Amino acid sequence: MSESPLKSNLRAIRGRAYPRLIGSTREPSWFFFDVVLPLFTIAGYAYVYRFLEADAEFIGYVVLGGAMTAFWLNILWSMASQLYWEKEIGNLSLYLMAPTSRMSILAGMAVGGLVETTIQATATVVVGVIAFDVIFSLGSPVTLIVVFAVTMIALYGMGMMFASLYLLLGREAYHLSSLMMEPVYFATGFYFPVRSLGFWAAAGASIIPITLGLDAMRQLIFPVGADDAFLSVNTEIAVLCVLCVVFMVLARYALRYMEHLGKTTGRLTLRWQ
Amino acid sequence: MQHAVETQSLTRVFRPKKKKEGKVVTALDSVDLRIDRGELFGILGPNGAGKTTILKILSTLLLPTSGKAYVAGFDVAKDLLEVRKRINMVSGGEISGYGLLTVRENLWMFSQFYGLKSKEAHRRIDVLLDRFGLRDKDKEKVRTLSTGQRQKMNVIRGFVTNPEIIFLDEPTLGLDVNAARTVREFVVDWIREDPNRTILLTTHYMMEADELCDRIAIIDDGKILACDTPHNLKKLVGMNSTLTLSVGGLNDINDFGSIPGIGNFSSTKDAEGNATSLRFILEDESAVSDIVSTVLGKGSKILSLQKTEPTLEDVFIKLVGRGLE
Repeated sequence: MSESPLKSNLRAIRGRAYPRLIGSTREPSWFFFDVVLPLFTIAGYAYVYRFLEADAEFIGYVVLGGAMTAFWLNILWSMASQLYWEKEIGNLSLYLMAPTSRMSILAGMAVGGLVETTIQATATVVVGVIAFDVIFSLGSPVTLIVVFAVTMIALYGMGMMFASLYLLLGREAYHLSSLMMEPVYFATGFYFPVRSLGFWAAAGASIIPITLGLDAMRQLIFPVGADDAFLSVNTEIAVLCVLCVVFMVLARYALRYMEHLGKTTGRLTLRWQ
Repeated sequence: MQHAVETQSLTRVFRPKKKKEGKVVTALDSVDLRIDRGELFGILGPNGAGKTTILKILSTLLLPTSGKAYVAGFDVAKDLLEVRKRINMVSGGEISGYGLLTVRENLWMFSQFYGLKSKEAHRRIDVLLDRFGLRDKDKEKVRTLSTGQRQKMNVIRGFVTNPEIIFLDEPTLGLDVNAARTVREFVVDWIREDPNRTILLTTHYMMEADELCDRIAIIDDGKILACDTPHNLKKLVGMNSTLTLSVGGLNDINDFGSIPGIGNFSSTKDAEGNATSLRFILEDESAVSDIVSTVLGKGSKILSLQKTEPTLEDVFIKLVGRGLE
């Protein structure tokens, strides 16, 4: 333990990310559950758009949105719920007892989940593009990478914040995840341009980083995307940057609060509480 | 010298979230402990006595309601990082880790939270896997392990970071005889290797506490009832050891009464008159050799010999008024 705190914390991040990174290679069934099954939903929307003779880009919107749902599911069921699961299986007390930053543990979970889910989402896009003959027109790959990066940082920051809140809620976390699944699918515009909801509804939905991230990515990938845009790409990047900071700060605060409350009441280490 | 662990009037009260939901539980009531470096210290008590609560506070997972606790001289409520750098904990029946990872991967993962370099972590893992006979399982997924193998892995997890002070919370709980023996032998060897190492062990297995611990605190209802070496604790009972011999060819028993250190003795001939049963109440343990010498000096043959001592259970019953289980 004579090393710099930075190196120690990087090791902790790597250590906690490892189970998620290796997990997908140990459980190949993810391809069926996380890529093939979501294609049915994508196909459903794609056929509706085809039947209505909508622009071809709309099918591209659906494929992209369908791929991005993987990140939201990962946030709900693998990030937000994770500390609760860790408590149930007895890992949480070992994490809290370790001489490393708790944010490193959460960051490890996030990095592992992000990489794992990016692989899934990429597979969904590839299969979706082949199956539905989607044509992309990528004008600025660098901007696209920036949009994706800030969206993911903000989104996983939100997941890190949820992780502590879910732990405080205990078993109610299941219900909260269920509650937030379908409404968020709708409000963030996974399968249609969010502008359709009207300015104020779309602005409200923008608290979920995927809303703006998806809107910006559609503008950058599809030629007519700008016509359906909610805000300009630059504005959306700026708001996402603000969300990154807000969620990271809130995640840190929530984690501290959760740990202190847990140590005061004993709820962190007693599984039945 | 600074104590490895010190508690001062350590008290922990659990209150229900709502008054209607239950009663207030005083898990620890003004506990004072001083554990020196190099000690293998045991806390013996029934389920619910407060053993685990002490460990949770010392390992920074729980705050005391009042009182103070220090580990390696650091306040567990304030100097969290300094305490955490120096400790680790293993609990019996632990199911930590991830089933889809191998034994080695799990151990490596936990070592990373302590900042160990991978090379050093793998070197220590190798040594410990060999010591616990798990080397052939290092590439097996954890979910395929038996309960005993999994607990051995958990014990390795606790020791792989080479802590100054380790808390063992019922480490042999649910283990078969061989696995429990492996853990106990390792624990003794580990602490003897370095005088700066300290172990705080909680158990409700009296034999385990008696066999392993330099000193034992007996706890019940959150209070320390006694704290001393196993030998001195047994003296609290006020019972003497007894020595029973079955002797062949013994005709004269007159000399036995004059052996120093004997409180009383009795003799009984068996039905055939071939063997004599002698029972001595020992006031001094050194009388055993004199008794054996006297028997042999008379040309008699010792057929069997049994020495009975008071147990920690006798101590517990005397202190608490009921058995440990």
